[in-house]
Amino acid sequence: MNRRPDYLAHAVLIIGVLIFIFPIWVAFAGATQSAGAINRGDLSLIPRLSGLPVFIHALGFGNTAKGGVPIWHMMMVSALMALGIAIGKIAISSISAFAIAFFRFPFRMVAFWLIFITLMLPVEVRIIPTYSVMSDFHLINTFTGLTMPLIASATATLLFRQVFIAVPDELVEAAKLDGAGPMRFFFDILLPVSGANLAALFVILFVYGWNQYLWPLLVATNGRLDTIVLGIVQLITSDQLTPWNLVMAATILAIVPPVFVVVAMQRWFVAGLTEVDK
Amino acid sequence: MERRTLFGGRLLPAVLVAPQLAITVLFFLLPAWRAFSESVQATDAFGLNTTFVGLANFRTLLGSPVYQAALLRTVIFCAAVTVLSMAGGLVLACFANRGIRGQSVYRVLLIWPYAIAPALASVIFVFLLQPQIGLLSNVLARLGIDFNYATNGTDAFGLIVLIAAWKQVSYNFIFYLAGLQSVPASVIEAATLDGARGFYRFRTMIWPLLAPTTFFLLVINTVYAAFDAFALIFALTGGGPGSSTTTLVVKVYRDGVINLDLGGSAAQSVILMALIMVLTTIQFRYTGKRAT
Repeated sequence: MNRRPDYLAHAVLIIGVLIFIFPIWVAFAGATQSAGAINRGDLSLIPRLSGLPVFIHALGFGNTAKGGVPIWHMMMVSALMALGIAIGKIAISSISAFAIAFFRFPFRMVAFWLIFITLMLPVEVRIIPTYSVMSDFHLINTFTGLTMPLIASATATLLFRQVFIAVPDELVEAAKLDGAGPMRFFFDILLPVSGANLAALFVILFVYGWNQYLWPLLVATNGRLDTIVLGIVQLITSDQLTPWNLVMAATILAIVPPVFVVVAMQRWFVAGLTEVDK
Repeated sequence: MERRTLFGGRLLPAVLVAPQLAITVLFFLLPAWRAFSESVQATDAFGLNTTFVGLANFRTLLGSPVYQAALLRTVIFCAAVTVLSMAGGLVLACFANRGIRGQSVYRVLLIWPYAIAPALASVIFVFLLQPQIGLLSNVLARLGIDFNYATNGTDAFGLIVLIAAWKQVSYNFIFYLAGLQSVPASVIEAATLDGARGFYRFRTMIWPLLAPTTFFLLVINTVYAAFDAFALIFALTGGGPGSSTTTLVVKVYRDGVINLDLGGSAAQSVILMALIMVLTTIQFRYTGKRAT
C-alpha cells in the first residue's frame, strides 16, 4: 500500500524536537558571541564561527570568588564522580544481589529489606542529618564523601536480583558439575549473561552521577571538589557580572558527556530504563 | 519466584552483602534515625541545651501557614509538572509510533534531554529569560509582556513548572513509546477494520491498554517533581522571590542549611520520608513490578 507521508506526525515530532533543541541552540550561539554583546541584549541566533575557540578558553576559566578552580578541573571531578558512582553501584549491587539470589543465609530477607528501604530515603528528604553524619566521619570535602554515600542502590540491586533469578537452573548445575565455585560462576557466567543490563545500568547511573547537584552542594564546600554542574550554577549566582559566553560554553561542555553516553548507548538504555524503573 | 539451585556457605554471602549494607546503615539509616530523634527535640538558641518536646515540632509545623502554603504549592507544582510532561510525552510517543519514515532518528532526537542535569536546564533557561539579557524575555517585552521571574512570584512559579516539564517529557516519551510498541498490532488492525479512527480509536482501544504505564508514570513524575526538582528550583530561584517557589524540599534546605532551624528541618524531613514511603508503596503495591 502506497500512502502519502504522514505530514501531521512529522509536524508534531519536528515541533517537539525543536522545543528541545531551541534552548540548547541559543546557549550554543550565545557561547560564540562576545560577553559585551550578550549583556547589551544583542544576542544573535547565528553562531559566530570566530567565536568557536570559546570552548577551549572556557576550559581554563574559573570562578575567582571560589578559589578559581578551572572548568577543566570541574569536568574531571564530575567524570571521576560519575564513573565512581556508576562502577561502585554496579559492583556492590551485583554482589549483594548475587548473595541474595544464590545463597540462603541468616537474615537474608532482613538484608534485602534494608537495601530496599534506601529507595525511600533520597538525600533530598534528609539533608541536615546526612550532612552531620558526613562531618562526624570527616568526609566533608573529600572525594570519598562525594561518591561513597551515593553508591548504595536499591534499584540496581533489585534489577540484578531479577536478572539473576531468571538465569536457568541448568546453567548453575552445569557450572557446579564443572567444578566452578560461586565466585568463578559469578565472574565467568553470571556477569557475561547480564551484559545488556550492565550496559543499561551504566548509562542510567553515569547520568545520575554526572548530574548530581544537591550532594556536591553539601559536600564540596571549598571549591577543590566542585563538580561542573555545581560550578556553573555558582557562576551565574555570584554577584559579579556573569561572563555569559564562557558560562554557556561551559554549560554546553557539561551536557555533552551524559548526552553522548545516552545517545551512543541508546539501544541498551531505552530497553534497560523501562526494565529498571518498572 | 525463588531459585532451586543454590550455593552453600554462610561466610561468603555475608561478605558479599556487607559493603552495600554498611553504606546503607551509615549513610541512609543513621541519618534517617537522626532526623527522627531531632524531630522530637528542641535546641535552644545557643545550641547548648536539647530537650525532648514530643510532637511539638510537628504541631508547630503543620499549624504554620507558611508550611501549609509550601505544601499546597508543592501539590500544585507536582500536578502541573506531571500533567504537562506526561501529556507531552504521550502525544510525541503516539506520533512517533505511527510507522513513519525516520522513526529512529526522531527517537534519538526526543530522548537526549533525559541526560541534561536539572540544574543546568535552569541555567539554560536563565540565559533565555533573564530579564535584562534574555532572548525570549526581550521578545516578550516587545510584545508588551513583562516577564520577570526574579521579581514576580507567579512568573517564577510558572517558569519552574515549565523547565521541570520540559526536562521530563523525554522520560515519559520513552515509557509511552515502549507501552505503545507492546500494544498488539492485531488489536489496532481489528479496531481499524471496525471503522474506529483517529482519536476515537485511541481513546477506546489504546488508552486503556496504556493504563499500567500511565499509573506508573503518575507516581514516578510526582516523585520527580516533589524531590528531584530541587536542583532545578534551587539553581533558578533559590526558592524565591519571597517564597513563591519554595516547595517542601526547598524549604527543608532553606530552614536547615540557611536558617539553621534543626528541629523544624528534621520534622520536615520526617514528613517527607513518610510522603515518599507512601508513594513508593503505591508504586510497588499497585504497579506490581520489581518487588518480591
